[in-house]
This record gives sequence, structure tokens and C-alpha cells, in this order.
Amino acid sequence: MIITVASGKGGTGKSMVAANLAWSLAASDPVTLVDCDVEEPNLHLFFPEARAVVTPVTIMVPDVDPDRCTLCGDCARFCAFGALVAAKDRVLFFPEHCHSCGGCTIACPVGAIAEIPRPIGTVTERAITTSFRLVTGTLNEGEVLAVKVIQKAKDAAGSAAWVILDASPGTSCPVVETLQGSDVCILVTESTPFGLHDLALAYDVTSQMGIPSGVVINRSDGKDEAALRFCKEKKIPVLAVIPFERKIAEIQGSGDLISRRDPVWKERFRAIGGACRALWEGA
Amino acid sequence: MRICIPSKGPEPGDLVDERFGRAPYYVIFDAESGTTESYKNPAAEGMGGVGPRAAQFLLDKNVQVLVTARIGGNALGALKAGGITILLYDQAGSTVRDAIAAYKSGGLKEQ
Repeated sequence: MIITVASGKGGTGKSMVAANLAWSLAASDPVTLVDCDVEEPNLHLFFPEARAVVTPVTIMVPDVDPDRCTLCGDCARFCAFGALVAAKDRVLFFPEHCHSCGGCTIACPVGAIAEIPRPIGTVTERAITTSFRLVTGTLNEGEVLAVKVIQKAKDAAGSAAWVILDASPGTSCPVVETLQGSDVCILVTESTPFGLHDLALAYDVTSQMGIPSGVVINRSDGKDEAALRFCKEKKIPVLAVIPFERKIAEIQGSGDLISRRDPVWKERFRAIGGACRALWEGA
Repeated sequence: MRICIPSKGPEPGDLVDERFGRAPYYVIFDAESGTTESYKNPAAEGMGGVGPRAAQFLLDKNVQVLVTARIGGNALGALKAGGITILLYDQAGSTVRDAIAAYKSGGLKEQ
């Protein structure tokens, strides 16, 4: 099954939950963990020993043949993103504006536009154990098409018993792209007004997409009434409450996983996986 | 010579807009006939790439000179490649008519 870990708010502990969940489930099942936070992927930091195999991600962009081009400007007028301008003696191309729609090749009346690949990021694969793979999408600096890199990272994930997708914060296109096709979403929140506010936004997205979701309250100081009330109101199951504890912070802060260090946490995360499966089967 | 002034409205009495790509209107002054025509900027509300799209619009309208307060890098490159001269005119609160007068009097600095 495919689980997306999302949050709305940044810094709630998405990556912590995703990595621990993946590590714990991999004790018995094949798991692929996918870092879909392509603008700042960091899950690999939990697994510094693993060897990385890097594949470039490219998009197709126009390549104008100056011998055939009549400078009519149809391609530029078609482009909604201003990636092409038909100047006096040549067609100018602004690659960072191109969304790779291919429309200019169709709009060109003389067939002067071919498509060539342009790199915008990478997909990195790591075998952490025999049953645990990590796939990392990375968007190159200055590029905007995060969605294309997320698609490629998800493609590379293939199918495992558990595919766990770590989304970026927020509720915009990259998050929606990550969620697309997921069976269940884990929404990680913290019991602050900010965490709750953004949890509501993220829940709006998952419910509109028809993806059943459960909540993990992280860094709980025991005063979770507002978050619990929200979950009760919306009938969202609370999958786990992770306390605000120095020991957890120390392990996490050293780049380790609490489920790797402590078998109790491993079982707790395996239980979160089980609850996700129950959510999916009940949907 | 056809001179374009980005503006907030379609009339010569309307204020100039200090932005090139996102100006809502372009007033084009024909120096030979002394007439003006105006167009709504089709790129003004665009999500991105408005500079190059606005540049293409001016090229399609056979503009030779752009009088503007400021201009982005992509639009500048596109306009220059299209042979359009960019003259800088940055007077807050002035009208299109003022900008045309400033052009006629010469002395505007080329970008």
C-alpha cells in the first residue's frame, strides 16, 4: 500500500515519522521510502552509509531549427509561460519558463521545432537493507518544476508491500502530486495554533482528494485538546501521540532513528503502519 | 517611429506604469502621424514569463522604442534581440503625454 506523510506546517516531524515508519516496517516487509520533498530532501541523512545511484531527471524542451524557422511567432504567441520570443533574426528560448507542454512543436506551422532533453533534477536510489530502499527526488537549484521530479521519484519507487512518500510542507502542487494515488495519508501535527491551523488546511486537501487520513501528534506536551477536538469533529483517527521528550530529541538530533535505537518505538511505528492498513481496508 | 509607453490606462492622460511586463496597458505613439493607439497588455495577469510575453506583444505591434521606468532581464534580452531601443524614464506621477514629451525632447538614457 502507498502512504503519504504530509503536514501542512513545516517542521512538525514528517520526515521523522516517515523514516521511522519505513525502518520499522522493513523489519518484516519490503519497503520503499520516497523523499518527495524535492526542494530540500534530507531523508538520506538517516542512512549515511548507503551507496547512492543517481539518475538525471530531464524534461523535453523546444529546439528551434533556424534554417526552417520563418520567425512567424506562432510558437511564442502559443506559449502561456513566455518561454519563447520570436525576435528579429532568431527565436529566443527562456528554458526556466518552459513547462515542457510540447505545444510549441504543434503550433509551429513549418515543423521547425524539435524537442531535446534538459536536466532539471535527479532521482537517487539507495539500498538501505535487502528489504528497504530509499528513493530521493532532488530538484536542481533555480528550477521550478518540482512536480516532474516527484513524478520520476514515484516512478522509480515501483511497487513494494509498503511505499511511504514523504511530502513537502504546504498544500500546493508538489504536495498534491505526492498524494496522487496514495491509499492513506498520515498528517503529522503539533499541538500549537500553527500546527492545528495547517493541519486543517492539509486535511482539506486529503479529503477533497478522497484519501483517508489519520493524524500523528508529535512533540506532545500532553495538552493536545485542540488537536484532539479537531480530529474528533472531522472523525479523523489519531494514529499516535509522540511525546515531547529529551531522549527522543537527542536521538533524532544525532541523525539516528528512535525505532532503530529502541525496540519499543519500532513496535509503535509498526502499529501505526497497521492502523494505516486498517484505515485503507475500511475505506 | 513607433514608441511604446506602459501605462495604467488606455488614454494619453493616464499615468505611466513603472513596470514593463505587468503594466495593464501599452500606449503606442506614432511619431510620424502624431497619433496614439492603445492596447490592453495580454500578459499583465500571467503567472510567469510576463516579460517575454509582453516583449513578443510589442514586437508583433512593430514597436521600435520602449520608454519605461524599469525592465527585467528576460524582457530586456528579448526586446534587444528584436531590435527595440529601451529608453529609461522614471518620473513618478507622470502621464503618458509627459513621457511622450520627454521622448521628443531627447536626452532619455538608453538601457
